[in-house]
Amino acid sequence: MWIFDRDLWSEIFATLGKNLFRTFLTMLGVIIAMIILVLLLGGANGMSNGFQKIFAGTASNSLFVWSQSTSEPYKGFERGRRIQFKLEDATILKEQIPEIEVLAPRIELGSHRGVVTVYRNGLTSGSAVYGDYPNVDEIMKKKLVEGRFLNENDMTESKKVCVIGEETYKLLFEKGENAIGEDVRINGVFFNIVGIYKPNQNINIDGENSVYIPFSTFQKAFGSGDRMGWMAISVQSDTKVPVVESQIKRLLKNKYDINPTDERAIGSFDMSEVFNNVSAFTGVLQGVSFFVGILTLLAGVIAISNILLITVKERTKEIGIRRALGATPKVVKRQIVLESIVITVFAGFVGFAIAIGFLAIANNMIGENSDVPFYNLMISIPQFLGSFVLMVGLSVLIGLIPANRAIRIKPIDALREE
Amino acid sequence: MIQIKDLHKSYKMGKNSLHVLKGINFNVEEGELVAIMGSSGSGKSTLLNILGMLDSSDSGEYILDNVPIKDLNETKAARYRNKFLGFVFQSFNLINYKSAAENVALPLYYQKVPRKERQEKALKYLEQVGLKEWAGHLPSELSGGQKQRVAIARALAAEPKVLLADEPTGALDSKTSYEVMDLIQKINDAGNTILIVTHEPDIADMCKRIVHLKDGVIIEDKKIEQVRAEQYV
Repeated sequence: MWIFDRDLWSEIFATLGKNLFRTFLTMLGVIIAMIILVLLLGGANGMSNGFQKIFAGTASNSLFVWSQSTSEPYKGFERGRRIQFKLEDATILKEQIPEIEVLAPRIELGSHRGVVTVYRNGLTSGSAVYGDYPNVDEIMKKKLVEGRFLNENDMTESKKVCVIGEETYKLLFEKGENAIGEDVRINGVFFNIVGIYKPNQNINIDGENSVYIPFSTFQKAFGSGDRMGWMAISVQSDTKVPVVESQIKRLLKNKYDINPTDERAIGSFDMSEVFNNVSAFTGVLQGVSFFVGILTLLAGVIAISNILLITVKERTKEIGIRRALGATPKVVKRQIVLESIVITVFAGFVGFAIAIGFLAIANNMIGENSDVPFYNLMISIPQFLGSFVLMVGLSVLIGLIPANRAIRIKPIDALREE
Repeated sequence: MIQIKDLHKSYKMGKNSLHVLKGINFNVEEGELVAIMGSSGSGKSTLLNILGMLDSSDSGEYILDNVPIKDLNETKAARYRNKFLGFVFQSFNLINYKSAAENVALPLYYQKVPRKERQEKALKYLEQVGLKEWAGHLPSELSGGQKQRVAIARALAAEPKVLLADEPTGALDSKTSYEVMDLIQKINDAGNTILIVTHEPDIADMCKRIVHLKDGVIIEDKKIEQVRAEQYV
């Protein structure tokens, strides 16, 4: 194989090494282009990862459904009627709509987003208190800093346990004080703390300062009966959330005698929409990054072609001598194209290494900081391979221009004495 | 070794056609040392270019070592040049970033001779021209005479049938010229066929035969008593 021919490569490196400064200047364009490409891609990936980190633990294919007041009269009912979900609704929905994967009913103390005073040792906290099923954790993962989340056992035995938010902890405890196993008092009932969670700063549906207790305990402690406040629902991954959303609403409207055209009686929030918007945004960003990067790369490779053209012109005599000594056009062409590839690939690697360095520094500085929507800025293996294949492809195509110029040199013209 | 019959060549210069070679006939036997003389514009360089397959003729026959040279494409011409011919130029035409040995080895590289053998041969021919110690030097570190001797070694390295020298002493002072001619004579003594284009009579007298060109035709073709260059060195 000629590609392993040591002489071919020493020929190429001898030519490139002959004028190191010019070779370096030539490479600069591609080095910078590669840096730009990798930084752009890395940045776009980092943003995508950043959003993913923000949404981590929140099922993307999920929705929330809650009851409001009717806005249209229907079947003899006046408008403005307050709808109250019942726990049986959860069972009915789960039975009738098989696309529902997890359904977590919830009830809260006081009115919606109401605040209840939580007491401990003379300290108080105005918190939202939720009665939850443990499976809510499958839809909105709680990041626990200590202890555990509610479990099935708490539910079946209606244990008087609670999981509190970090904010609640700060209000009720001294700094560094142990909270697990301690009791707090809500509406005269004592609850034992089993876990402390850190709220997600970026998606905050439950509020900063919240207390979770098992749904069954809630029913008994506060006498809520079969009432249900709202539902967190995740649907199967191959199903579109809006489809299930309208199915749920149709079913509930029918059950509670709500006018099918009444848009206000049942509230809902489609989480997948947010995800789709974000992923569309980062997708476009990645596309634009790649496009800009590739164009920059093209400009860099064209610069190499230009320099090689000049080089060929300068080397007219040398090429003429080689031709007179028996170099076939193919050999000459191959050498110029290989020079183009060698410069491009080498420059590409240098630029790549520098850019990866920059990304590593950026990663280091960002770290786990969740205020910045960037996380783990890196380019993927396919992106890396794609860029390189493209770069080599471009360098071959572009290298053909000076190569064809070189083989048009006739030895007789090149060797003509001035 | 070389048979040429009724060779014509003209160049188009705009509307005018310049008839440079107007029917050249001559033969060269193996082992000859021929000087091709003529003033500038006589067609001697064109003849050499055609002999060197750097240019093609319009009509006529050219047979080199019983191989008819015709219908050459670039690749074929390059192969024939590499196989049959060694070139020596007035301005040496060494590749300036390659050492003397690398320059000598270059035609062998295009013959796909293995690396080691190439290096050995290059040293052998450098020794023959008396420059073995200079093998690792770049052309810029050599004198004009040394450069031309490296070029001669390079021309010899491919073991060609014919050595073509275009004004080999044109860029050298007389003393160096005689040294180079001495070398050429010795190479000829060893049985190599050599053609030299020159316009210097003293150089021509050091050959065994002088072919005189004028206005595209041979006006004189005589065998002469060779003047040995040795005595001037």
